[in-house]
Amino acid sequence: MGQKLDYLKETPSQTAGPYVHIGLAPGAAGFEIYEQELGWDIAGPNARGERIRVEGVVLDGTGSPVKDVLLEAWQANAEGVYAHPEHGGEVEDGFRGWGRVITDFESGEWGFDTVKPGPAMGRNGQRMAPHINLWIVARGINVGLNTRLYFEDEAEANATDPVINLIEWESRRQTLIARRSERDGQTVYRFDIRLQGDGETVFFDI
Amino acid sequence: MTTPPKPSEFYQRDRRWHPPALSQDYKTSVTRSPRLPLISLENTASEITGPVFGHNDINPGDNDLLSNFAKTGESPIGERIIVHGRVLDENAQAVPKTLVEIWQANASGRYRHKKDTYLGALDPNFGGCGRTLTDEDGYYFFRTVKPGAYPWRNWVNDWRPAHIHVSVFGSGFAQRLITQLYFEGDPLIARCPIVNTIPDPKAVDMLIARIDMNATIPLDTIAYRFDIVLRGRRSTLFENRLEGN
Repeated sequence: MGQKLDYLKETPSQTAGPYVHIGLAPGAAGFEIYEQELGWDIAGPNARGERIRVEGVVLDGTGSPVKDVLLEAWQANAEGVYAHPEHGGEVEDGFRGWGRVITDFESGEWGFDTVKPGPAMGRNGQRMAPHINLWIVARGINVGLNTRLYFEDEAEANATDPVINLIEWESRRQTLIARRSERDGQTVYRFDIRLQGDGETVFFDI
Repeated sequence: MTTPPKPSEFYQRDRRWHPPALSQDYKTSVTRSPRLPLISLENTASEITGPVFGHNDINPGDNDLLSNFAKTGESPIGERIIVHGRVLDENAQAVPKTLVEIWQANASGRYRHKKDTYLGALDPNFGGCGRTLTDEDGYYFFRTVKPGAYPWRNWVNDWRPAHIHVSVFGSGFAQRLITQLYFEGDPLIARCPIVNTIPDPKAVDMLIARIDMNATIPLDTIAYRFDIVLRGRRSTLFENRLEGN
């Protein structure tokens, strides 16, 4: 048999279930308990760059909204720097780049306010197009799903993005592009996520 | 001061160890599981970095579910337990200062959630959530009540084993994990379609907390031990370095 490798196995995932809000966003579950809930302010007051709103809905294989989903966002600041001690670069005071997003329980619509991220450095010196990383958990999702939101108005950067270009089927790349519009003077990006079936969103094994 | 681990790439996630997206017996997964394969991605800065939390983010009493929602001088009803353990990575290294969040039903099997309508009574002294940061050794602990089993709509007579939901971050976004803790000896574990989404019984064993008499406080609170393992990072020796490191 040879020598033993003493690596541990990762703890297996289980669904977040329908009541994920109790743990991660108790206000949404219907009660106040913590002095501050985490993840409601992604960019903070001092972040530079364009203020944007991102909205969408998560749809299941029948085309119905997933009303009990919870998303987490992870993004760089407008200069392409992640708020992580070893990423190299400073972020604005109060910029965390991480947020929690819950849905309206009636409609399944979700939305969050942030700043548009800048291009972060990817592997081998290749610059990545601006993007927001999303992690999606819900009842019926056994392992959290990872995807990336890219921006419609970054067509040139998207065309050379090393991750988008990993997707062999060009038609599927469109599932990662958020559509830009203006509403009451604010920039709004629309990003619907399809878990299954026609137009299924690209999910990544990261 | 421990310096945070230098971000480097993670070991590939063992997708045969985790539950598959589609598990026919867990009916809700049927319409919520992608049908197309995941696109495998070599880690970039977006995956190897992740949010950092500190003691300013939480309060010291947030990990005590016996008191964090109870009226002064009162406590929730149920078996008083301690849940404690370490957060490690696949290299068996401690994961320090990482955020651990839990949520659970009360002793009647009822959740404090506006969407839960189960017959089991709400407990006015129990909220059902807690959070804490691991210490330098990756150690964490909570005090709570043992949750009750409850029925759910899947097959008509399905009951969830007593469980606590656990959410952990690690130091990179690719380590993000949500799982569930079960209790040693519960006959509902083997019958549960959600537990049984996990193909390998050895993987299920990792979710079953063991009773820990040495950590039990005599005449006071029974302890259960639950260690959590997150993905490990590769050594960066002899390989092309990620840009930005």
